Amino acid sequence: MTWLSITIAGIITYFTRMTMVALVDRDLLGEKVKAVLAYVPSAVFPAIIFPGIFINDYGTFIEMNDPKIFGAIVAILVGFFSRNVIATILSGLTSYWVIIFLL
Amino acid sequence: MLTKKQLFSKGFLSVAPHMLSVIPFGIICGAIGIELGFDPILVYAMSIIIFGGASQIVFLQLLSGGASALIAVTSVGVINSRHLLYGAVLSEYLEKLSFIKKLLISYIVVDQGFAESNKFFIKNKTEPHLHYHLIGSGVTLWIFWQLSTLAGIVLGSFVPEELGLKFAIPLTFIAIVVQDLKKLDHVIVMITCGLSSLLFFNAPFKSYIIISPIIALFVAALVLRLKK
Repeated sequence: MTWLSITIAGIITYFTRMTMVALVDRDLLGEKVKAVLAYVPSAVFPAIIFPGIFINDYGTFIEMNDPKIFGAIVAILVGFFSRNVIATILSGLTSYWVIIFLL
Repeated sequence: MLTKKQLFSKGFLSVAPHMLSVIPFGIICGAIGIELGFDPILVYAMSIIIFGGASQIVFLQLLSGGASALIAVTSVGVINSRHLLYGAVLSEYLEKLSFIKKLLISYIVVDQGFAESNKFFIKNKTEPHLHYHLIGSGVTLWIFWQLSTLAGIVLGSFVPEELGLKFAIPLTFIAIVVQDLKKLDHVIVMITCGLSSLLFFNAPFKSYIIISPIIALFVAALVLRLKK
């Protein structure tokens, strides 16, 4: 039963990846839709970022003094000025660790 | 003009830094499956069959929590529906590929690979073999995802939980969108999406992950209209 569920979940997931690439003719999308699609990264990734910072493992909001908020701010500043992915992630993690382990 | 090999390497290099978050997340994902008492082969098979981090964890958590298979499968579909948006964006660059190649390349489209390859595509629209960049980024993510979930399954959660490495996930995506903070229209779209995701966080089937992008894209359409 679990195997069957995984297989169906896998097929559905594959279809989410494949449908727009292989089955839908791009000409069906109007010019306006194509213009809006340029915003996809900005419209999707904050839905991973915000809950990852502001909501804890138990599904409730964190306190405003949570170290993750500080870590995220540091990562945004370092990322913005360094344009470097490794620096962004490491600065966010280390500033978070400094608060939870040292302070 | 870049060769296929060069494009592939560029794809690899563009996602390589994201392994800082992908590897710990893969380990956590594998270890959670074992902790929840699932068959190791089944936990690993998900990395091949579904190949989508967050959805794999949610699937196992729902099943072990007593949810029905229908709810677990629906949740995976809802969480992964965001790929439809990635596909719509990428189709512009993959249009000329044969149907078979489109079917094959679709399997390796994941968040970070889409994000990094799309950035490259925007800047290099005229390159003839652009899809090799996506193959480079996608194959890299696939291999590291397989290895890290396997490591989590075999070794357990050997990464101390106190380190809070799950926090690397939002950081990886901050690194992806941070340069767009220079543009006011993108900032508006990002804040709309982020606030919506918090507002709808408890909506059924984790649907906040697709509801908030849809709201944000509507706002993007409004912004485009106002810009004219």
